[in-house]
Order: sequence, then structure tokens, then C-alpha cells
Amino acid sequence: MCIPGDTRSPARNILVTVAPTPLAAIAGNRFGLGLRPGDALPADPRRWLIDQFARFEPRPPAIAAVPGSAVMARDFREYLEKIRPFIAANSEPRGEAPMANGEAPMASGAAPNAGPNEAQIRQELRRSYRDFYGGQVRARIGAAINSETPFAERLVHFWANHFAVSADKLQTIGLAGTLEFEAIRPHIAGRFVDLLLAVERHPAMLLYLDQGQSIGPQSRLAQGARARNARRQPGLNENLAREILELHTLGVGNYGQADVGELARALTGWSLGGFVRRPIGIEAPDGAFVFQPNWHEPGARSLLGRRYPQEGEAQARAMLADLAVHPATARHLATKLARHFAGDVPPPALVDRLAAAHLASGGDLIALYRVLVAAPECWGPAQKFKTPWEWTISALRGLGARATPDLRAVATLTELGQPVWRPGSPAGWDDVAASWAAPDALLRRVEIAGRIAALSGDRLDARQLAPAILPGVLSPGTASAIARADSPQQGLALLFAAPEFLRR
Amino acid sequence: MMIDRRMLLAGLGLAGVPGLALAATPGEKRFVFIILRGAMDGIATVIPTGDPAHDALRGRFGPPAAAGDPIRLSGDFSLHPALAATAALYARGETAMVHAIASPYRERSHFDAQNVLESGGAAAYVVKDGWLNRLLPLLPGAGEPAMAVSPTLPLALRGAAPATSYAPSQLPQADAALLERVAGLYADDPQLHALWSQATDARMAAGNDATGRANPEALGRLAATFLSKPQGARVAVIEIGGWDTHSAQAGRLTQALRQLDAVIAALHTGLAAAWGQTVVVAATEFGRTAAPNGTGGTDHGTGGAAILAGGALRGGRVIADWPGLAPAQLYEGRDLRPTADLRALFAGLAAEQFGLDPGRVAATLFAGAKLVPLTGLVRA
Repeated sequence: MCIPGDTRSPARNILVTVAPTPLAAIAGNRFGLGLRPGDALPADPRRWLIDQFARFEPRPPAIAAVPGSAVMARDFREYLEKIRPFIAANSEPRGEAPMANGEAPMASGAAPNAGPNEAQIRQELRRSYRDFYGGQVRARIGAAINSETPFAERLVHFWANHFAVSADKLQTIGLAGTLEFEAIRPHIAGRFVDLLLAVERHPAMLLYLDQGQSIGPQSRLAQGARARNARRQPGLNENLAREILELHTLGVGNYGQADVGELARALTGWSLGGFVRRPIGIEAPDGAFVFQPNWHEPGARSLLGRRYPQEGEAQARAMLADLAVHPATARHLATKLARHFAGDVPPPALVDRLAAAHLASGGDLIALYRVLVAAPECWGPAQKFKTPWEWTISALRGLGARATPDLRAVATLTELGQPVWRPGSPAGWDDVAASWAAPDALLRRVEIAGRIAALSGDRLDARQLAPAILPGVLSPGTASAIARADSPQQGLALLFAAPEFLRR
Repeated sequence: MMIDRRMLLAGLGLAGVPGLALAATPGEKRFVFIILRGAMDGIATVIPTGDPAHDALRGRFGPPAAAGDPIRLSGDFSLHPALAATAALYARGETAMVHAIASPYRERSHFDAQNVLESGGAAAYVVKDGWLNRLLPLLPGAGEPAMAVSPTLPLALRGAAPATSYAPSQLPQADAALLERVAGLYADDPQLHALWSQATDARMAAGNDATGRANPEALGRLAATFLSKPQGARVAVIEIGGWDTHSAQAGRLTQALRQLDAVIAALHTGLAAAWGQTVVVAATEFGRTAAPNGTGGTDHGTGGAAILAGGALRGGRVIADWPGLAPAQLYEGRDLRPTADLRALFAGLAAEQFGLDPGRVAATLFAGAKLVPLTGLVRA
């Protein structure tokens, strides 16, 4: 512990007294989610970071308390059952295809009965999903502000953004958060392939990228539909396959359209329970992953020049296993991790070391985290402009907040331009300052800093808080601005608006 | 919770039948408390034109000519012209004024008086929670918690029962002093300095709206949104400041009253059909001196006015046991003498609105006070 009274190491003692080391601040604020007033500064910041994975709690109480994807999927199935009569009244009624497209064509004809109309049914689900969504966001914030393993928690947010599911489509409003809670949290400290598989098989991803209804053109189901000359012919959907290659693994430019098609065909049959009526598919619990053999495109496939002769579900699994440890994937992940921890322009040497560690370890994520923690590139002066999420969480932690916040926190993130789990595209949020450091965004932060400070009243003295949460990095200018503030609240607002607090 | 309700309805074969969806619910009655912080001048708001002493005291101290003429309510009272929408609702029996009313507080500190107004205690700081919070357990449950449209939960709603607050983004703007100090904080940081200059220039160009006075209409609309939802809040609090008119009262009071009028109008519009199930009470911590001071304003006083609104109201009247403005009739020779107790108004209004026993409500909200709740305020 680096405290002035420490006499075991006179040299270190002098160093600390004269110029406090910012290592603890970097560990807590850049790798972590922001120091809290009561936090003991780690004596060995690097070790403190790596040790967190042994203690990381994948399912903290705040998150365990919210309903999971099974409940979301059940509500969606019930919704589909309710609107089915409206769709049947308006279109070909034979129900050949599985229905997982929530945004069904609008009914225009007579309602089948006098109950609520289709728009009302949809509105009801939307409202209920929004409530669930709000609860999930609050749970995420609660977990983040209370986390004792903030580096691991940051990586949860990093991977959730890497595998973004945007809560824009009706069916993903309630599901987007469950992807993070169920597929990402348990796998951040394991092998990348397990994380990848958990994500691609999760109902949120299967629905978001339309995989749940992708049918092989030569599958038994499609052949049957052709034989019956059904009006709606089931078909392939390449959406998930494309995003796996472009966003989740290799990165753009490392594959061709033929690869997209092959992966899409291998993925046919990957679906989820609760959206399929007998007899066309195997029933499964709501939201649970299920492989539908009758939808699967038969035959061997070829991806990136390699042949995959496997039958059924194993085929795409084998492809994902290879993709997870592909050199392009290693480089893609290395670049994103380096950008997140070392700066908007990822240092090439660090990218090289991360990519090498990925390949050498077979995609062991801890190996990557060790490289980051050991890298001198990650311990320089702060250069990352915090995203609205990072800034808000660090401010709440800085206040010592513990209670799961109310809905205002959810609204605040929307005002700041980063509504949780709503990046608007599967590419996730940008991780560079240019996306966040804008004039109006800065003004809003300052206003919200004032609001957050007003909420805490005069409970906290920013003059003491500032050096505690920005140890060794608080500038004399900021310290004196805080000391000269009109009121305790204004002092706190200035702390959260300060340059060294806006960056990590 | 929601799941249970749906299962229950499904079991009864009633799922989805319109009308029944609202069965296990917070009821339809709505109650809004508007806190007028800073002490509204009741005499200039609900003007006792019929009092023979009025003209001598206030004759040349009316609303600014630009605001229009006072709106006649009865032979004895007129309304400040800034309350035009409130007056229009008065004509329909949907607003009412209660005059010469005050909390039990008899000193002249804003903070202490607001504490009494909101806690419902006999004196400042003796009661820790708010009277409106103590009302909540008496109401049908199952809706969203009571809601304050403000950055923090006002004392009136604080207490054991769930209550929450919500501030629209345009409400709590950073104050000018903070913005100025932030500019200094960024002076040596090239990136932030550039961004900050652009941001403040743009704000300036956008004019007053963006620099951030609370938009009262938005407050009313927002409260109406929360209150209209089928399972929404049924009790709401709105705060309006700007009443402490020690100087240049004519213009400042007009401004503040326009805000109040806009909130009432926005509630009326926003609640739509639910307006008929709503009562609103706007009250302030104390009144102002009967006579103007030397700076075109009035100082802290005692008795004042409360304004009631809502489609559930038996309105269209001014309720007052008028004490008179003659020197001998004034409280301590300077203030309108209170003849009614705000607590009796709150208790009676809440009891009638929610179909509760007024005595029980008074005893629960204002324990220890010997009150005769004001009744006959709400349509049967």
C-alpha cells in the first residue's frame, strides 16, 4: 500500500509523498469503472486487475432479480398467438412458415372478434417489454456501481457492445439485456469460442439477426412446401451469418460473399423454442436453443477454403470453433481491445502482442487480459474520452452510490446519447472520442453533472472526494476550482465535469 | 405481478376483454399538488375587489396594463389576467379559489414555512415525512408510484410509501454560475475549450428557451402523461418557483402566474378524459404583506390564496371567510389574516376525491391537529 506512513520502503515512500503514482487511478478509472470514495487503493494495481476474474460474480443479486430470456420469449410467443387471427384474416392462412417476424403485416380487414385490435396487442407487448427493459438497465447499472471487480465488469460491457443486439425491434426490446446477462457474463473469462457460441445460440441474437426463421432451400421443410406449391416458400436468411463474419469474428475484408452463404446454410436449423407450430418443427421451451433438423440444408459446406462435412448442428459449431481462433479474428479482437484500453489509435505493437496471445492460447480471454494489463501502452496519461455510459457509471461510483438507481438513470443515458443496449445497429457503439466529444454532448454532461450533484445535496465534500477518486491525476487547476466553488453541490458538479474526470 | 394478473384473467376466461383490463388497478381518481415555492401574493392573484379597503391598499398596484384587465369571478373577487385558462375553466365550474388560507406556520422564513406546508406538521421539522406520502397508503394500490415532476423528491412526497420523481431534460438546467466556472476549468484543455466555446455559442444563438427556464407547459404535460396511463401514477406533485416578489412584482408575478396557468391548462389538455376524475390543488408557503413595499413589491406575509382545479371539482366559486383588509382586520397589522387552514383543505379535498372519511384522512395526514376538513369541494 502506497501511503506516506509506510516505512518499509523509504525510496517508495518518498516517491509517493512527492508525486503520488497515478497507477491506482489508472487501474481504477481506465481498467475499472471509476474509483469509489471508500475504495482502498491497490498496492499492486496489475495484480488487483487480474485477480478480479477469480472473484467476478456472473450473476450478482441485481441481475438475478430480473426475469430472463425465457420470460421474454414466452411473452413474445403469446403475442404471436394473439395476433395470429389478424394475420390469418389478411393473408394466406395455412401457416406454412414459422412466424418469428414480430412486425407482421398490418391487419386491414375485419377483426376476428371484438377483442383488442392488432395495434393494441402490439402496443401492450411493447409497453410490457419496455418495463422489463427498464428493469434490466437498472440491474446493469446496479451491478456496475456495486461491482468489486470493475475490470471484469468493464469487459462485460465491452463484449456486450462487441456482440451488440439493439433493443429497437419489438422482439429485442425485452431480450437485448438478457443476452448480456445470460450469454456474456458467464463467459468473459473463458475461451472466446465459448463466448461466441453462447451468444450466437442465445434467443436475443437468433431473433435480432433473423436466424430463428432461416430455412435451407433444400431442407425437408422447403422441399415439402414446394411439393405442396405453398404460397409462402421458406428460405435462407443470411443476416446472422454475415454479422458473425463481419462483426463478431473475422472483421470486414477477410471473407467473401460465398463464405456468407456457406455459413448461412450451415446455420439453418439453429432456432429457438416457442415460435414454431407443429408439425413443422420440434417443440422446445420458450426461448431455448433448438436445432430443427428438417430446416437444415443438407450436405457438406466450405468456408474460407476449408471443408465441413459434418451433419446437422455440428456443422456450424465446427465453423464457429475455427472462426474463433482464426488469425483475422485474433487481429480484429486485438484491435478493439487495444483501442478500448490504450487509445483511439490502437498501438500496432500492442495489437500484435494481443493477436499473438489469442492464437497461442487458442483464444483464452484471460491471456488477452494479461497482455493488456502488462502493456506499458495501457498505463500512459489518460486519452480515452469516456462514453456517456462510462462517465455516468464513474460519477455514480464517485458519489459512493450503492442503491440501484431509479428510471432517471435510464433516461439520463438516453439524454447523453447512449441509451443502454440501443446502439441502433449490430455494430455496437463507436469506441473513439470523435463519437462522443461533441459540443452539445459536453454541455449536456455538464448539466447532468449539476443535476447529479444536486441530488447528492451537501452530503459530500468535493474537496476531499476529488483527490480520493482521482489520486495522482487531479490537476491543481481543478482542485482550486473545486475549492473556490459557490456551494458543495457546485464543487461536485465541477469535479464530474473536470477534464480529468471526463477522460480515463 | 403483471404475470399473475394476466394468469388470473386468463383463468377466468376474461383475458383481453376491454374494460376489465383495468380491474386490478389504482382506480381512476387523480390528485395533483402544485407547490408554489417562494410565497405567492394571494391578494394580487385572487383580487378582493369588493373589499372597501382594497383600493386604498392596492389600487395603483395591479397587474401591468399589458397583461390585460382582471377577470371578474364574482361581485367580490377578480382573477389576475395572467390566469386566463384558469378563468375559462372557472366559468365551467372546473376551478375554484380558496382565500385567506394559510398553513399553521406564523413566522416568515421560506424554508421553515415550506417544511410545514409539505410535512403537514404544526411546526417546522417536527414531522419527517410528507402529508401526501401519508395519504398514499389510504388509496387503492397497484398503480405506479406517486410521481413528482422535479429533479428531487419534494418533502410532501417523502416517506414510507413508494414515490418517485422525474425531471424532463429541459427542467434542471445547469445554472449560469456553473457554466461560467466550467469555462474556466477547460481554459487550458484545447479539446474541451474548443468544444465548450462552440456549445455555449450555440446555446446563446438558440435564445432563452434553450438556456433553460423550466418550461411549465412541459411539466404539466409530463405529469398528465404519467397520470393518464391505465396503470400509471394517481398522485403527482409539480413545483413552480418565482413567487418571491419583493420588487417589481407586477411583471414577475405575471410571469409566475402565466407558468401556473400553463401548467393547469396542460393538465387539462393532457389528461383529456381523465380530467373529469382529477383534482388539483396549488398552494404556497405563506402569503405576502397586504401593503406594497417601497420597491414595487411585497414582503413575506401570512394569509394567501390556494387555487383548485380539475373536472371532479365543484368549482366556479371563491371559498373564503373573508377577514377584510382594513388596518384593524389585518394579522399583526400587516398581513391578510388567515381564516382557513391549508391542512383542512388538503384533508377534505383528498378525502372527498378518494371517497374516504374526512375525519380519518385528517387524523392520518395531520395527526394531533384539530381540523374540520373542508368538504363539498368535489362532485358527488
